[in-house]
This record gives sequence, structure tokens and C-alpha cells, in this order.
Amino acid sequence: MQGFRYLENVTTLKLDVESCSGCGLCVEVCPHQVFAMQDGLAAVVDKDACMECGACAKNCDSGALSVDAGVGCAGGLIAEWWQDVTGRRKKAACCG
Amino acid sequence: MPGFERWLSTPGGKVAVIRSELALRDRLGGLLVRLDVGRERYAVPAGLYALGSPDAAAPVVVTANYKLTFDVVRRALAGRSLWLLVLETHGINVWCAAGKGTFGTDELVRRLQITRLDEIVSHRRLLLPIFGATGVCAPEVKRRTGFAPTFAAVRVTDLPHHLDHGGETTALMRAPTFTVLERLTLTPVELVGGFKAALPLFALVAIIGAFTGGSPVGGALYGVGALALAIIAGSFATPILLPWIPGRSFAFKGALLGAVVTAAYLATGDPTRHWHAIAAHLLLLVPVSSFAALGFTGCTPFTSPSGVKKEMRVALPLFLASVVLGAVAFGLGLGGA
Ligand code: SF4
Ligand code: SF4
Repeated sequence: MQGFRYLENVTTLKLDVESCSGCGLCVEVCPHQVFAMQDGLAAVVDKDACMECGACAKNCDSGALSVDAGVGCAGGLIAEWWQDVTGRRKKAACCG
Repeated sequence: MPGFERWLSTPGGKVAVIRSELALRDRLGGLLVRLDVGRERYAVPAGLYALGSPDAAAPVVVTANYKLTFDVVRRALAGRSLWLLVLETHGINVWCAAGKGTFGTDELVRRLQITRLDEIVSHRRLLLPIFGATGVCAPEVKRRTGFAPTFAAVRVTDLPHHLDHGGETTALMRAPTFTVLERLTLTPVELVGGFKAALPLFALVAIIGAFTGGSPVGGALYGVGALALAIIAGSFATPILLPWIPGRSFAFKGALLGAVVTAAYLATGDPTRHWHAIAAHLLLLVPVSSFAALGFTGCTPFTSPSGVKKEMRVALPLFLASVVLGAVAFGLGLGGA
């Protein structure tokens, strides 16, 4: 995404090229062009652009991809922590 | 049902044909939702709809049952004949629903079965928004139903290009945008939420201002104004100015803007104020702006949960320290007054 970059070296994205079948679906679903096909296999070409949406891992049929996808906003994280601490659910502002 | 035109009978049963033009009611409803009025239940019934007069070979577009999404989709596809498969996402947009899993593999499979789409169309292709891929596993849908999802574009407005160019998806069609206008439409909800959450703070600030200001009413208003500006700096100004504020951390961006706005407010309000008051205002209000800005990470299409977690780990202790120091500065000011 031109003009928008977030923190570096934080994403939990992992690609195990050994397991990749070369289907190319990760390239199709990633909204941030993190992957490119190289010699018929997936390669991570822009790791720091990853927003951990989980679309690639969800669609990788070979289990070559993993990422800790989850709530991406401060309100949601606080709501999660709140739930961990008190056991009660709190409504987050984002994503209704 | 919004935009209902007539019934179309198909081998799989009756399907509602919908108009692509929006009525005034649709537009007004959209406006209210953006302003966070009655946001909870803004859904259309899930199921299969027809645009134009589709036949068995017509494309199938899959979307969420959030009314605003439904309206954007039917408008973008005006003049075309195709099937619209609307999933039950409980009135939530594709991106948020995919994250929650309601715009997901199971719901898609279920909706395909309920609508008997396999009896209505002769092909086995589905067009999905790219942001739906977080919830939908294409290979699994194919295994379970025979239908093969294609993630065609981020924006439905690019779907006509995809349809007219043999299923082409250009690099631009894969990339989300985050224009000033898009950011602007997201800010009302943030602002309303920010003010609501800060109501107890407002009361506190008004009481303290009333007892410590020059006059009770003037003092209360001054404090309330400062807090309101701090929230606006974080929830409105930071999102709008996002790419132009230095730094990558949202907490930092919000703190920076909060400091500038608070300093300007102090300078115009009463330049003779004692340094205690100036320090107290900055130390107490900058965390408010910073936290409000951090909240906007939930609305962007590029921030990662790990990044937000890292920001919170750094920012929360700093907020606490700042508030404690601010309270001390305030106390010193009272003692010296
Ligand atoms: S989706 Fe998985 S198997 Fe397919 S190309 Fe990407 S990493 Fe390889
Ligand atoms: S998690 Fe999302 S943004 Fe990150 S690489 Fe996978 S698809 Fe791309």
C-alpha cells in the first residue's frame, strides 16, 4: 500500500517452502503483495507489509503458511485482556 | 426487502430481482449508519438475489448482508445480469465478518446448499472480494460443494473490469486504498465512541476546572474544551493526516498531534498560565490523544495485531507515568497558588 507502512519486524508470518505446492493462492489472496512466485514456489518478498489478516494461511492447502491472525485494534486487544482478567466480555469499538 | 423489483422463477425456486439504483431511503439510512445511529441492525436478508435478467451462465458474486455493502455492490454492478449470493454476516461488512468467521467457509457452503445454486447455474465459479479470503478457504469450498471461489478484487467497483477482461485482476485491483475520503468516513464512529468513553473524564475535568479556574463556569468550560480537543486530535485529526504525520507508530502520531493541539490551545486560551498548569495539561491530555489514535488501528487495512500489541506494551506504561506526573504537576500548582 503506497504511503502506508506499519511497524517493521513484528509480523508472525512464516512460510515453509518445503511444503509449498506452488498453487499460487497466497499471491491471489494477500492484499499487500507479500508473496511472489519464484521458480514455481511461493516466496516472501515484502514481509513487513503483512497485516496478519490470515488469508494466506487460511487458503494454503499444503499447510506451508502460518500466521497469528487476530484482533488488530487497541480496543479489541483491551477487550480481550479484560476478558482474560475478569472473565467478562466487553464490546469492542471496532468491527462491531 | 430493499430495491425489490420482481420475482424470477428458476430451477432452484423463486429469486428476488433487485434494482441497482438506490432510493432516497437507502441513502438516508446509509448516512445515519455512518453517524453511528442505529448501527446495530442494518442488514438485508441473506440469500440469492438477481440483478438484471441472469441466466444459467451468468456470474455469481458473493457478498455480505451488511446493507451498505449490499447497496454499494448493486450500484457498482448496474446494467449487468448476474447472481448475487448474500451471506448471513449479521449486518457486518465483509472485512470484519471474515475476521470473525461469519463471512466464512461454513456459511458459504450452507448458503450454497440453501439457495440450491447448483441447480440454478451451469458453471461452478464464485467471485469473492479479496478481503473475504480471511474467512473463506477456497480449496475447502471447492471440495465440499464443487464451486470454486476466485478472489477477484478488493473493491467491488473493480469487478466490472474483472468480468469484462476474462477474469483479469490487476495489481491495483489487489491493493487496498486508504484515501482521505475513506478515512473521513471512518472517523464519525471513532469520534462518537471516543466522546462516549470519555464521559466520566469530562465530568472530572469540569469539576476540577470549576474549582481551580478563575471562575467556576469559565474554568469548567476551559477544561472540557481542552479534553474535547485532545480527543479530536487523536480520533479525527490523526486519521485524516495519517500519512503526513511523522513516525509509524499510531500512538506516537497521536501523541505528537495531541501535544501540538494542546499547546496551541493553552497558548491562545491564557498565555499567562503558570508552568504547573501547562505541564499538567500536556501530561494529562497527550495520552488521551495518543490512545484515541491507537484505537484507529482497528479501522485501517494495513496494521497488524502484533504491531498493535507492541505499541500497547510500550505506550501503556508511558501513559500511566504521564498521568501520574501530570497529577503531581497539578498538585504542585494548587499548592503554589
Ligand atoms: S498457498 Fe501455500 S501451497 Fe500455494 S503457493 Fe502459497 S505457500 Fe505454496
Ligand atoms: S497474513 Fe494477510 S497480509 Fe500477511 S501475508 Fe498473509 S495474506 Fe498477506
